[in-house]
Amino acid sequence: MTDRRLRVLVAKPGLDGHDRGAKIIARALRDAGMEVIYTGLRQTPEQIVNAALQEDVDCIGLSILSGAHNVILPRVMQLLKQQELDDVLVLAGGIIPDEDIPALKACGIAEIFLPGASTELIVTFIRDHAGKKPR
Amino acid sequence: MNKRSATPADCRECDRDWQEKTLQPSLLQMPERLPQFTSLSGTTVKRLYTPADVEDLDFLQEVGYPGQPPYTRGIHPTMYRGKLWTMRQFAGFGTPEDTNARFRFLLEQGQSGLSVAFHLPTLMGLDSDHPLSEGEVGKCGVAMDSLADMEVLFRGIDLEKITTSMTINAPAAFVWALYLVNAEKRGRHLAKLSGTIQNDILKEYIAQKTWIFPPRPSMRLIVDTFRFGTEFVPRWNTISISGYHIREAGSTALQELAFTLRDGIEYVEAALQSGLEIDQFAPRLSFFFNAHNDLFEEVAKYRAARKVWHRVMKERFGANDPRSWTLRFHTQTAGCALTAQQPHNNIVRTAIQALAAILGGTQSLHTNSMDETYALPTEQAVALALRTQQILAAESGITNTVDPLAGSYYVEALTRQMEQGCWEYFDKIDAMGGMVSAIESCFPQREVQEAAYQYQRAVEQQEKLIVGVNAFLTESEEGGIETLTIDAEAATKQRERLREVKASRSASSVQRALEELGRAAAGTEHLMPHFMDCARQYATLGEVCDVLRGAFGTYTEPVI
Repeated sequence: MTDRRLRVLVAKPGLDGHDRGAKIIARALRDAGMEVIYTGLRQTPEQIVNAALQEDVDCIGLSILSGAHNVILPRVMQLLKQQELDDVLVLAGGIIPDEDIPALKACGIAEIFLPGASTELIVTFIRDHAGKKPR
Repeated sequence: MNKRSATPADCRECDRDWQEKTLQPSLLQMPERLPQFTSLSGTTVKRLYTPADVEDLDFLQEVGYPGQPPYTRGIHPTMYRGKLWTMRQFAGFGTPEDTNARFRFLLEQGQSGLSVAFHLPTLMGLDSDHPLSEGEVGKCGVAMDSLADMEVLFRGIDLEKITTSMTINAPAAFVWALYLVNAEKRGRHLAKLSGTIQNDILKEYIAQKTWIFPPRPSMRLIVDTFRFGTEFVPRWNTISISGYHIREAGSTALQELAFTLRDGIEYVEAALQSGLEIDQFAPRLSFFFNAHNDLFEEVAKYRAARKVWHRVMKERFGANDPRSWTLRFHTQTAGCALTAQQPHNNIVRTAIQALAAILGGTQSLHTNSMDETYALPTEQAVALALRTQQILAAESGITNTVDPLAGSYYVEALTRQMEQGCWEYFDKIDAMGGMVSAIESCFPQREVQEAAYQYQRAVEQQEKLIVGVNAFLTESEEGGIETLTIDAEAATKQRERLREVKASRSASSVQRALEELGRAAAGTEHLMPHFMDCARQYATLGEVCDVLRGAFGTYTEPVI
């Protein structure tokens, strides 16, 4: 089913309310023809994984600027695995120091986009890597 | 030779002459670099500004003298010749012990005021042991669960000698009570304390989004702090009406200005409705603006802010005390202008932004550090940011005269354009029934979101260039810079202290204070005395906010 539109969950874990990036990404992905579900602010890992399951998404974009990424993002990955959603492409973006990136990638996050990343780069990355699972 | 100075009519004639004889031949030989030049906010900037652009500007009415209405040139007659701005670096991380050490370091480096950053659980009214606080304790600021934390945070710092700014909004009234009770316990007089609480909930709904309660009960909490400040803490700024976060969320300079001042109008109206007199509280209103990269646009924004607020206070509210007419403001350089790529470039950006704030007459300034797109700043990075201000103050010469850009055709024209734009936004928001109603119908949120998207689009199409991001890229990114790591033990230590506090206080006194607060919140009583009582009993922030959640409900953001 290659003509199916890619479905992306844009999620805001963590307690911060900085949603400028998440909303720009959501709009850019929509403009690029993807179906986007935005969770709203302050979603727990459980809520995010639940939404991913309900919405049958190909990709999850996690935006976090609170500094809690080392605790919250691995938890999301662990829950995805439990739900057998480990074929969903997971991306993250926000204020994330370089030294934290290897561990986040090791737990299954495909790519981390830092401030300055273009929406075009993110769109291309999702097109190239998401939706590979059999439907 | 006629010595009469040129009139605007002469200028218009000269302008035609210049265009025909000098400009056109030049453009034919060498066209301009771009078809259109725009400010950072996207407004068109003309090639040249002349007296014709400020033809009907009445110098005395619109520009005037510093320290006199309409205050376009500054709120003090001598500005920085008399007193420099307060150099106030926003700081907070880890436990209160960690932040206390950073405060002492900053004071040793010559900083002149303190500014507290609280961690996200505190901003959201949650204790450090709440499940949602997992991973967040001490990360974005310092943990603050009870009076015990406030005691440690200011240990060894004289609260009557220092001014303290606290960035706290939804639970601001209680956090202020913690500060005041700590001072009282140390034998300080409330009347001698000076500082600021941000306490500006409207911009939270518009931009920063650390809200707890719905807008209307939140307005009540704010008015209660105005009332308490007026009676007991007269030197305290009970609100810092903030455009900073609106700009960070992606607004234009004009939107930042107009929404902030309109928020100010909303607070004044709420206070008047509660029975306060305008000149009782208006002198303690303060403001907080962003300083972004477009130097002249920013300077015009600050100048217009003073001018518009003077007119609002005088004409709309009939304030009589000149202290009510003056807009005093803090500035922070734009966090959203910092780049993760080539981070050392951020030092230069911050210097330009700081220059704008000073040329615009700010009363206090925070300069961001170069490493803040990665983490909270290291001691070294924050010292450099402070030094940037000290160099501007001591070496650049810009402090020698008041409002040095006044009379620039460009800056005066821009100032007036900003002012005009403000009145137009005020009319729209007034027609919606005020700012709370406008927020409920998502008007400012949509405006900001649209501006943010348009800016991102302009960057991606290279209409706006950012060095290191879409221009002048380096082949190999420079090696990672050193960043600050928050001690993983901080969360454990913080939860441990919280447990100790709960074990050592009088459970029945806490219970009684919380019940009294709940009863008062359900009615219409003034709440500040109850917050003071809860603080004295070592009730925690989470407990107090839970009581208020019960009485007021919580806010749910509309989807836009």
